[in-house]
Amino acid sequence: MNRPDLRISIGSTVFSNPVLTASGTFGYAREFEPYLNLHRLGGVVVKGISLSPRKGNPPPRIVETACGMLNAIGLENVGLERFISEKMPYLREIGTKVIVNILGDSLDDYRLLAARLSEVEGVHAIEVNISCPNVKKGGVAFGTDAAMAEAVTRAVCEESGVPVIVKLSPNVTDITLIARAVENGGAQAVSLINTLLGMAIDSRSRRPKLANIVGGLSGPAIKPVALRMVWQVARAVQIPVIGIGGISNATDAIEFFLAGASAVQIGTANFVNPGVCDEVVRGIEEYLVEHRLQGIQGLIGALIVDC
Amino acid sequence: MNQFQCQAEIVRMEHLTSDIVRMTLQAPDIAACAIPGQFIMVKAGEGCDPLLRRPFSIHQVIGNGRVQILFKVLGKGTRLLAGMRAGMALNLVGPLGRGFSLESREGFCLVGGGMGIAPLYFLARELQRLSRPPQLVVLLGARTAAELAQLAEDFRELGVRELHLATDDGSLGHHGYVAELIPRQLGRGGDDWQLCACGPHPMLQAVAKEAKSLSCPCQVSLETMMACGISACLGCAIPRAGLSGAYLHVCKDGPVFDAKEVAWL
Ligand SMILES: Cc1cc2nc3c(=O)[nH]c(=O)nc-3n(C[C@H](O)[C@H](O)[C@H](O)COP(=O)(O)OP(=O)(O)OC[C@H]3O[C@@H](n4cnc5c(N)ncnc54)[C@H](O)[C@@H]3O)c2cc1C
Ligand SMILES: Cc1cc2nc3c(=O)[nH]c(=O)nc-3n(C[C@H](O)[C@H](O)[C@H](O)COP(=O)(O)O)c2cc1C
Ligand code: FES
Repeated sequence: MNRPDLRISIGSTVFSNPVLTASGTFGYAREFEPYLNLHRLGGVVVKGISLSPRKGNPPPRIVETACGMLNAIGLENVGLERFISEKMPYLREIGTKVIVNILGDSLDDYRLLAARLSEVEGVHAIEVNISCPNVKKGGVAFGTDAAMAEAVTRAVCEESGVPVIVKLSPNVTDITLIARAVENGGAQAVSLINTLLGMAIDSRSRRPKLANIVGGLSGPAIKPVALRMVWQVARAVQIPVIGIGGISNATDAIEFFLAGASAVQIGTANFVNPGVCDEVVRGIEEYLVEHRLQGIQGLIGALIVDC
Repeated sequence: MNQFQCQAEIVRMEHLTSDIVRMTLQAPDIAACAIPGQFIMVKAGEGCDPLLRRPFSIHQVIGNGRVQILFKVLGKGTRLLAGMRAGMALNLVGPLGRGFSLESREGFCLVGGGMGIAPLYFLARELQRLSRPPQLVVLLGARTAAELAQLAEDFRELGVRELHLATDDGSLGHHGYVAELIPRQLGRGGDDWQLCACGPHPMLQAVAKEAKSLSCPCQVSLETMMACGISACLGCAIPRAGLSGAYLHVCKDGPVFDAKEVAWL
């Protein structure tokens, strides 16, 4: 039997396999060079980039929780121009698709980021982090309001020459409403979930464990929530869905495909096992062979619901 | 980049006290390129609780491809590690971070508190192996004599003659903090000496202060919570000295810093 076909496409971009790294968990890829073959990844989603550099939050920024972790990094990043001059040359060399995650305080920020990045050689897609506060709208996160989510999507799509993926926040009442709004706005795909807002307290000192008090929960602990949301969104929209949340191995990834994801992103697991993405690609391939499937397409949304 | 992920066999477990363990691991790739002050990330247990790897300084590199870590049981991860037995295997990532600079100086004064003593043993050994070994003073502190006895003995066996001890309860050596020993040792003028310190944050703060008043260059090894150890998560930030409001990252810019780089709040 031939090797199964792992390719998937988002808009005009074709990915050699459906395993991508999640923003903020893979640095700018170079950090992982000792641990895996970067060219075997379907794609790399880099740390969220803003127009100007951001210093991030005061420490402590992370804390471990049961089967997960909370982070309040505060979107520390090198900023747009340094990203292009310092990080892109390496990213162009590694022979995999590069997706740049962007974040802003206003629609204009997002517009400028999209316009500038989509003309940079080697940027294959843009992922829009809409879990950020809209400064002009009193700091309500773009991603928690359907109209704002649609507006930011439209703004980015108007400026972007590469496919646009919108990354959804799970901290909403009905994620399918936001997903539909984003689809209307012109997104070529949605990715979900970003981290779940959480908190940890030290009972001895009676203080929060994070300086920011609250932070985003990630890791295996959030997988059931993520699977449920991916399943709901996949049934609500026509565009491809990228599943994210607690994926640590190929079996986890396959569950997301069954729920309707066309691709997956791996986040926190990179910290635990820096070679995990390679292992997941191989594991998916083995699963497809074992189940006599010709390609990943046969698995997407193939959940069997009896009754 | 000389970094590896490997499955390492535990060669030896030594329980120095009821809660301090020295573990010897067969990890030739890491042993071949580690320098003093670097650390490794160790996965304790197989499952997802505890989820994250734990950072440990490299305590010693032994000839035949072995590395040692020295740790105290504090929580879930270290308890699991303390329960391991020789013959079992652990997954390691390393060696990581920026280690101590061994740049030539008349003398080196190493100051270790508690488990901060761990990397100083490796450092002392490498200093002695230099073609022109500097003078060496080692100051070690711990809570009690029991915690210090074996480690002090190891430094003596290395041939460290200027070894001075301090305990919080006075059961061995100076009754008080180890940083209090510095002026007596370096009083004779510290600017051609190098202080190298590792231990709890308040101790490092005290050492940095002494270094400043003696105008002695000072390297400190810092600890923070870490998720990745490889500069991917940006979780290990500490405030940088100066007014920029910027941060340093312990796993990449450190764990060893020039004390002047750090904002000592
Ligand atoms: C670069 C570096 C080198 C280190 N070297 C050594 C060493 O040589 N020997 C040694 O005994 N310990 C060392 N530590 C500290 C060690 O990593 C922690 O003691 C360990 O992670 C605790 O894990 P646990 O699961 O047992 O405890 P947890 O249940 O996770 O926590 C128990 C307590 O330890 C604190 N803690 C947890 N993780 C860390 C951490 N990464 N750094 C500091 N405190 C932490 C927690 O806040 C808590 O108070 C080092 C830490 C760093 C960052
Ligand atoms: C330390 C850390 C930093 C993150 N930074 C970003 C970021 O900059 N932009 C973003 O869209 N998501 C960010 N995320 C969210 C992840 O990309 C991912 O959506 C989330 O962690 C869930 O996946 P996981 O359980 O596999 O980690 C971050 C997550 C972590 C743990
Ligand atoms: S521990 Fe992840 S960046 Fe330092």
